[in-house]
Amino acid sequence: MKVWHFSEMAYHPAWEELGDSLRNTIPSSVYDPKVGADLYHRYLDEWALCDELGINIMVNEHHTTATCATSVCTIPMAILARETKKVRLLCLGMPIANRMDAVRVAEEYAMLDVISRGRLEMGFVKGAPFEVWPANSNPATLMERFWEAHDLILKALTTHDGPFNWEGKHFHYRQVNVWPRPYQFPHPPIWMTVMSPGSAAEAGSRGYSIASLNTGYLRTPEIFEGYRKAAADAGREAPTERFGYLAIVGVGDTDEEGKRRADQILDYSRTTPRAASQFWFPPGYTSNEITAQMLHNRGPNMIPLRNGGQFEMQFGTVDEFIDAGVAFAGTPDTVFEQIKEFHQHVGGLGQLLMMGQGGHISHDDTVGNLRLFSKEVLPRLSDL
Amino acid sequence: MKRISVAGIELDIDIRGNGPPMLYLHPEHYAHLHEPFINKLAEHWRVFVPRHPGFDGRWPPSQFQNVGDLSYLYLDLLDQLDLVEVTLLGASFGGWISLEMAVRNTMRLKSLELIAPIGVKLGDREKFDFADLSALPDDEVASALFSETIVDLGKFNETQLLGVAQDRQFLAYYGWKPHLHNPSLAYWLHRIDVPIRLIWGQNDGYVKSDYGLHLAERLRDAEFCAIPGAGHYPQIEKLDETISALLVSAGG
Repeated sequence: MKVWHFSEMAYHPAWEELGDSLRNTIPSSVYDPKVGADLYHRYLDEWALCDELGINIMVNEHHTTATCATSVCTIPMAILARETKKVRLLCLGMPIANRMDAVRVAEEYAMLDVISRGRLEMGFVKGAPFEVWPANSNPATLMERFWEAHDLILKALTTHDGPFNWEGKHFHYRQVNVWPRPYQFPHPPIWMTVMSPGSAAEAGSRGYSIASLNTGYLRTPEIFEGYRKAAADAGREAPTERFGYLAIVGVGDTDEEGKRRADQILDYSRTTPRAASQFWFPPGYTSNEITAQMLHNRGPNMIPLRNGGQFEMQFGTVDEFIDAGVAFAGTPDTVFEQIKEFHQHVGGLGQLLMMGQGGHISHDDTVGNLRLFSKEVLPRLSDL
Repeated sequence: MKRISVAGIELDIDIRGNGPPMLYLHPEHYAHLHEPFINKLAEHWRVFVPRHPGFDGRWPPSQFQNVGDLSYLYLDLLDQLDLVEVTLLGASFGGWISLEMAVRNTMRLKSLELIAPIGVKLGDREKFDFADLSALPDDEVASALFSETIVDLGKFNETQLLGVAQDRQFLAYYGWKPHLHNPSLAYWLHRIDVPIRLIWGQNDGYVKSDYGLHLAERLRDAEFCAIPGAGHYPQIEKLDETISALLVSAGG
């Protein structure tokens, strides 16, 4: 199993002041650039540390939010492509239906791959519903645009004999001719985030790696199964290394310390639902059947427990998140056993996307978390 | 409701009543709340009410993408049905389609009746002419659309809720960017050479009546009729007054 360290580079100092909504309509006057600069450097230092710890690096992006100050995923990655030497670099990812210039995406990825000497992994993501407004991306045709962007970016990265033209439905170029070409051949590995068996199937039929995001103990097996079935139908292998899962990880010398660290990181999960209700269901973003159900009864975000119960995401305790399979926390032994159990439960987990920093956890605790994980848990995971 | 084929599109169309022909192009929201209005129209006109492609639950052909396409579809519909001296009535999104039709061809039209149409950008680049309902909480959406009526989605049945979701999706499909307008449309308004009536709820919070007055000034032969006590859909909130306004204009 490979492990990646992920952080959203949150601007948590504003969370309390902003109250119920941390997205879309929040004024940037609450952001202090001096505090923000310190935070950027801190988070980058933590990622850079991963190079010596043998933990790979994952960045993402969100827009207009205090939960994630990475508004352009390729910017921290560009810094890390130079600052690190060994680990692999995953952008997960690029919301390609919301990026109106798909060729620019290909250029950014190609440049990152060359600077990092072939350590880039490319994520193509649908993006969260709230992202539609900052991008002003038409949600009714979002997935149509997603797949056209996907086709165009891959053609742009793999065409090496001069320009081609593209006159599609959503993208138009006279001359596509990306320089530099990527370091890896034919192109860096592709990842997609998935939240359902249907989206996993789309990736499975193409043989891409998937990252199932916080989908927990109960939902993840059917998502992975959706991938396997689609891969088999397409005549593709589905090796364990294709299966990634994003979880909060807190390790400590005692169970209490590990749980305390996870609890602080879990403020990432608890802040996720804090968005004004109108931004959850952009028109056409989800199926109309699901939107119709939501119009009838829009409850809080709930996470299922193993005993059939559930808890509210915004207020869950660390023990509830552990039970749900969203967090792995405790001593290295405990965490290893939790991950091993999850790995067996889902039929094989090849990539652990570890949120080792998030919420209110301090720099010292983050470093302690990453170091202890690297020393005591990581070596054992390589055998899984 | 019957289904006919027009320009390769399977079109659901409701045809009711007797009298001079009227083509009614429906607005973006709450189709079933407009039923009483359509019934009233049918007392005075033979009214043709197509359901816009996409709003009918079927995905339009790939090349059918914008309000211009809708306008050609309905111009073809008028040709196919061989209707003449048609009163073209469009409400809100349907008003936008009506304007797009009228700048192209008014040969089959007698008059243009518009209830708070969207589609024409008149304000500057940093001012919405049409409120962005997608970014407003439910209570503000309700007060933008209605003056007094309370629309409780909790009382909608499953089909009606699915309709709401489809309507929202296809308003976005045709009108997400640019936001609910065709940047060129204002330039061609002079081409409309039939009498125009603008009917506006005085308390419209979606498209303000001040905008309506401004639009009337840009049209060659337009009258403006304000309906007190109504929001964006006077045909729901002040049904009799709206019908009266249409009858005055049709007789005038």
